[in-house]
Amino acid sequence: MGGIPHDHYEPNSGGEKWLHKRLPVVGLLYDTLMIPTPKNLNWMWIWGIVLVFTLVMQIATGVVLVMHYTPHVDLAFTSVEHIMRNVNGGWAIRYVHANGASLFFIAVYAHIFRNLYYGSYKAPREVTWLIGVIMLIVMMATVFMGYVLPWGQMSFWGATVITGLFGAIPYVGEPIQTLLLGGPAVDNATLNRFFSLHYLMPFLLLGLTLVHIWAFHTTGNNNPTGVEVRRDSKEVAQKDTLPFWPYFVIKDLYALALIMTIFVAIVGFMPNFLGHPDNYIPANPLVTPSHIVPEWYLLPFYAMLRAITFSISIPFTDVVLIDSKFLGVIVMFASLAVLAVVPWTDTSRVRSGRYRPMFKWWFILLVVDFIVLMWAGAMPAEAPIPQISLIGTIYWFAYFLVILPLLGLFEEPTQQPVTIEEDFDAKHPATSAEAGTVPAE
Amino acid sequence: MTGEGKDKQMKKLLLSALAALTLTTGGVFAAEEEAHITDYAFPFEGPFGRYDTAQLQRGLAIYNSICSSCHGMELVYFRNLTEPTGPNMPADMITELASNYYVPDDGLEAMVGDERPATLSDTFPGSQLAGAPDMSLLAKARAGFHGPYGTGISPLINGIGGPEYIASILTGYTGEEKVEAGITFYGNTAFPGGWIAMAPPLYGDDIEHADHAPTDLESEAKDVAAFLMWAAEPKLNQRKAFGLTAVLFLGLLTVLLYLTNKKLWYNVKHRTE
Repeated sequence: MGGIPHDHYEPNSGGEKWLHKRLPVVGLLYDTLMIPTPKNLNWMWIWGIVLVFTLVMQIATGVVLVMHYTPHVDLAFTSVEHIMRNVNGGWAIRYVHANGASLFFIAVYAHIFRNLYYGSYKAPREVTWLIGVIMLIVMMATVFMGYVLPWGQMSFWGATVITGLFGAIPYVGEPIQTLLLGGPAVDNATLNRFFSLHYLMPFLLLGLTLVHIWAFHTTGNNNPTGVEVRRDSKEVAQKDTLPFWPYFVIKDLYALALIMTIFVAIVGFMPNFLGHPDNYIPANPLVTPSHIVPEWYLLPFYAMLRAITFSISIPFTDVVLIDSKFLGVIVMFASLAVLAVVPWTDTSRVRSGRYRPMFKWWFILLVVDFIVLMWAGAMPAEAPIPQISLIGTIYWFAYFLVILPLLGLFEEPTQQPVTIEEDFDAKHPATSAEAGTVPAE
Repeated sequence: MTGEGKDKQMKKLLLSALAALTLTTGGVFAAEEEAHITDYAFPFEGPFGRYDTAQLQRGLAIYNSICSSCHGMELVYFRNLTEPTGPNMPADMITELASNYYVPDDGLEAMVGDERPATLSDTFPGSQLAGAPDMSLLAKARAGFHGPYGTGISPLINGIGGPEYIASILTGYTGEEKVEAGITFYGNTAFPGGWIAMAPPLYGDDIEHADHAPTDLESEAKDVAAFLMWAAEPKLNQRKAFGLTAVLFLGLLTVLLYLTNKKLWYNVKHRTE
């Protein structure tokens, strides 16, 4: 394994040596926990731990929910209410699980925008980033299928709309849609396969999490300066880093405790705030809700889907090459896929947005764009919402495909610190004993 | 600007983005609704709010004598009415109340279609009238937390808006009537569209309470709305108690971890080792 030079695990007792020769599992845990970590990491580096915790929390609560849930169209809704009313602590487990999905997405979006700002996706961390993009897509599929399980009105109609997207693909679309649904329409077969996949996918996420961590433990963490840890020797590396335990474990736990305090307040005092009241009405294929809206975390991508209200045809003829529905589906999936190319479209040699005066503004605009799209996704599709969504969609793609490549060519970056140590010392000036350390910049 | 300053700017930006993202989704549809919902105050609103047992009992009395003739409540068991965090009624009274309801008889001797009086272990029957919605979850299904019946209120302090909707419907009749395709519709200021198929169920003084509580229309509407909120969310008292305990303990843990973290990093930041 590559990485930053550091002390490795040495088995001491006879028992430890015996085990280490046969299975170096203690050594693996030691190296993972004691990994040298850039000491200048700021508070945006806490989201990884929050995500791991949330995944474990969702799996733990989910496993218990499954013990009391019945995946059948006639019984699913009642069995969820059975959990809410008759199962000991069932209401708490379900509300934690339902709101846990929101916590998951708050954390993952913060995590992703952190990476976009500090250029964490750039060499040599492209693989970590790519695994992360896959995890985001798996997460979205998981959360969508989970939302179908209570079999309320939004569950049913959400499933109808989203699976209908696949039907828009020419030639192969209908067979794919039928395969997803297990029949011609959303019904018991759909519920059963979504239940099965909703149980399977979190474990895929768990596996991907391990690979994700393995990848960035090989390259080392990025940090707010984007400057690499010096690797000349263990002693030099130690000037830039601190072991993960205890420094970052305690820091992350502090942040996690604070976030969980807010989380339990939401679960305790307004657990339905982020949900939709229509999902407390049992699914009814004969009654369409007035607004079919996905949960908040899917809204930006839903907005991009709905932004496409035009078809692509050959000019001056009636030949439609791509109709608007299929184009919308392409745009929605591409809006996620475009994240995968950013390591190669960003041409700047500087990693961190901190030292990129022009990039910073485009990045801020991207965050605003994301929020505007989220808002637009929740609004009824009447003017001017499709127009706003379209502008938002164009910016989303332009950022990754046009602005980032050009910025790298035209932008004059500001002076980066030479080392992480320099950055850290500038932020935390030495007390009397070491006064005189050269401040950064 | 120093790197640190930019960093702080960045942090603020992301935090406000997150805050905006959790807040904007709240009242998205509130604006488009022309129906009027009155923001009645209920004792179970806010983090410290709890159900008022006497109010739930009054609401049960109204539900039992008036609403239940058309509406069903299939998710609520009669035994639930004896719960201390609910109406807290004596078991013998509820046994008697249950025996006035008829549920399908699934006994060995029973014929198809046979009915028997309900017992404590049965749920309320389903709706007797086609088109009358089941009341079990209505307070949550019509809640204002996400539209479409939004009152634009903060659910943390003012509750979810569902009981407000129910009470507003019950007090919102204008007295107008119209007949369309043989169905009579009644003018109602709270119902989306302004016309509801339900005839005014309450007029005030429809019932006499054992505790001589007021029986004007608004009081009755609020009592039955509170009862239906309990029916939809019977564990509200436990949930809010859990919330307070959990916030308190996790808050304490946060403070301890903050201090631990500060102490741990002190030597690193000040390089005094």
